[in-house]
Amino acid sequence: MADGADDLRKMDHPLDIPCLKHGAMEGLAPFIAAPEHQDKVGFPGELLPDWKEKALEKMAELAEKNRAFQVYLEICVKCGACTDKCHYFLGTSDPKNMPVARQDLLRSVYRRYFTFAGKYFPWLVGARDLTKEVLDEWYSYYHQCSECRRCSVFCPYGIDTAEVTMAAREILDSVGVGQKYSNEIIGKVKDVGNNLGLNPKALRATLEDLEEELEEDTGVSVRIPLDEKGADILLVTPSADFFAEPHIDGLLGYAKVFHEAGVSWTVSSYASEAANFGLFIGSYENMREISQRIRKAAQDLGVKRIIFGECGHAWRVAYSYLNTLAGPWDFLDQNYPIPQHIMEFTWGEIQKGTLKFDKSQNDHIRLTYHDSCNVARASRMGDTPGGQFEIPRNVIKTVCNNYFDMADETIRESTLCCGGGGGLLTDDLMDLRTKGSIPRMTALQDVTEEHGVTHMAAICAICKTQFSKVMPKFGYDMDSVVSVHQLVSNAIILTGSEDDEDAGNGPEEDTSDE
Amino acid sequence: MLATIYALVFYAATAILVVGIAMRVRRYARIPAPLKIPTTPAPTTSGGVVVRMFMEVVFFQSLYKSNKWIWLFGWMMHMSLWLILARHVRYFTLQNWWWVEAVQFLGTYAAFTFLIGLGGLLFRRFFVERIRYITSPSDILMLLLLIGIGSSGALMRFVTKTDIIAVKSYILGLLRFNIGHLPSDPILLTHLAMVASLMIIFPISKLMHAPGVFFSPTRNQVDNPREKRHLAPWAAKLEQ
Ligand code: HEM
Ligand code: SF4
Ligand code: SF4
Repeated sequence: MADGADDLRKMDHPLDIPCLKHGAMEGLAPFIAAPEHQDKVGFPGELLPDWKEKALEKMAELAEKNRAFQVYLEICVKCGACTDKCHYFLGTSDPKNMPVARQDLLRSVYRRYFTFAGKYFPWLVGARDLTKEVLDEWYSYYHQCSECRRCSVFCPYGIDTAEVTMAAREILDSVGVGQKYSNEIIGKVKDVGNNLGLNPKALRATLEDLEEELEEDTGVSVRIPLDEKGADILLVTPSADFFAEPHIDGLLGYAKVFHEAGVSWTVSSYASEAANFGLFIGSYENMREISQRIRKAAQDLGVKRIIFGECGHAWRVAYSYLNTLAGPWDFLDQNYPIPQHIMEFTWGEIQKGTLKFDKSQNDHIRLTYHDSCNVARASRMGDTPGGQFEIPRNVIKTVCNNYFDMADETIRESTLCCGGGGGLLTDDLMDLRTKGSIPRMTALQDVTEEHGVTHMAAICAICKTQFSKVMPKFGYDMDSVVSVHQLVSNAIILTGSEDDEDAGNGPEEDTSDE
Repeated sequence: MLATIYALVFYAATAILVVGIAMRVRRYARIPAPLKIPTTPAPTTSGGVVVRMFMEVVFFQSLYKSNKWIWLFGWMMHMSLWLILARHVRYFTLQNWWWVEAVQFLGTYAAFTFLIGLGGLLFRRFFVERIRYITSPSDILMLLLLIGIGSSGALMRFVTKTDIIAVKSYILGLLRFNIGHLPSDPILLTHLAMVASLMIIFPISKLMHAPGVFFSPTRNQVDNPREKRHLAPWAAKLEQ
């Protein structure tokens, strides 16, 4: 494992292309799911005796059910345009982490069994038999892809390696080889309602503590309601917002914004998780089952609107899929987007002028912003394409004086993954996570040198956890990554608080550096 | 004899090309996209999608963002290919259409840009490490085949001067199912044989990217999931 930063590749530029190092990441594999984890997600407990036939059957089935998978298996021309676009390739130099090479691990087998050329002239088109070695290789390299879609932006046909990775993981699951991290978490959501396995009682205690803390800090009673029937808004947020740093500070930010906006809202203990790991394993059925919990919670609580907290892939599932998986949402108030992102809500309130800020509260921070991949390339905010880039920046610039973007080719639609997305945020993949973050960290170091940037904001629970783990390896404190609503929380002036009365005098205590 | 063999080969090749592509395209069209996956920022209207697709197909927009060298060679090659194809239309019509006349001049020189583009792409396959790694023999053969077609064509136009009037009447004959006289110029015969091979390989190779690009969900979907519920037929069954 790369504990020190010594064996990490040094890049002069965040997108420097490495020379190939064959087999650099060979054999790396996250822990395999135990039979009980597999059972919860509806897959066989261990490798099936007839796994080969079953895997090919599943491949054929997915090609019948998913146009993207079928088309992408056939139309890649091997132009090579995507070869230098993956952060894992840039960070590990392993050629199998080049997007097209990653697709080819599966495509070579597809060709062998399902195409004329591969059946009769395998050597000509690089087709190969499905063997146990190939299956192991799939497990390894399809867990070195964070499904970030950066490659899809740059492919002339939009071939999305994430679609292939998801299909591969589903095939692996269906023959009994699942990934422990993702599948165990899905099981917890199904049992308890969130990724952490935090039960309603513990959740209530946590939220009550947070309310007390808020009142102590601000002198204002700001609520974080749980399971309140008849509230207008259901907030669905990643469970990391309830206990992890810097996520919690984001949650406090949402609470303050709701408070100032004067809306009634609630968290649900039944759907106390925005994340949906069904996406990572490519399982429509699991993704649907998890999404249905949100529908049930919304109906049981009788809310009118649903708002999602800061989380990248959760927002992808919410924005792009929730209507498909758990709609139609005809029982909600149609005057608001369904679902809505907390950033859209906050920006809306800012524009209405309901919120007051003391920007100087963030003056100790020189900030940049990391576009999370799923928000950037698989969703939108607001009414116009690209709102997912502008709205968070607008909010940030409203509450923070010192803002600097990283290099253009590393942000917005070209953003680099944090290195921990797509079901890879587990300790057993720490080496990969660190290497995969090198391009982003290099881009960050560049703005630190140029503009003295001290902090980076993100709106994704995975990004936040990942960065607080890897940033120390690149010379930053672990709390250099901040929630956007943490900055909002720092700067917002609550009506009736001391700051409100003598606006301009900052509080003595600095709430951002816990 | 030769005229008959070539006639049969071209009938077969045409059938394979048309039926093969039709079958693949029908399959692509039939398989549903279960989820909304446009690569965002994406257009929010169907009109916007048409524009996006146009930019991809005509200008290779994403490729341009991606890699200027591949774009340059690839775009040169494809645009030349269209000019060359347009120029060839005159072999299939009794009276030359005005637009075919219009591209004759440009089309003549397209052979060179075609070959330069292909040469550049082939060069990359050998000398760029990453691209060498992902290249299979078929990728190289495909380029060689196109280079073969392009250079034999250019040879006939600029060096040996084939009897194109005879070729034209042979092709017009084929269109009416009667087999006339085919000049037995070895370069012409090679040119035609390679074109027939290309037509046969088309539906079973990566050349399917041409129709396939229109079916790529990341590029052809409208970004409106919140406004309009998207549901695949097999997914609808889960709801019952
Ligand atoms: C809708 C029509 C088409 C579009 C949008 C299209 C687009 C592209 C693009 C973007 C590439 C990748 C860049 C490159 O390597 O050039 C490519 C590659 C290629 N195209 Fe097309 N193409 C079309 C039609 C055709 C046709 C009709 C042929 C052949 C008869 C063809 C032959 C090829 C070949 C051989 C390659 C691979 C080049 C290499 O090996 O590097 N394309 N195409
Ligand atoms: S950019 Fe697209 S077509 Fe080109 S090699 Fe990569 S996946 Fe294949
Ligand atoms: S989706 Fe992201 S992680 Fe996966 S191959 Fe593409 S660029 Fe790499």
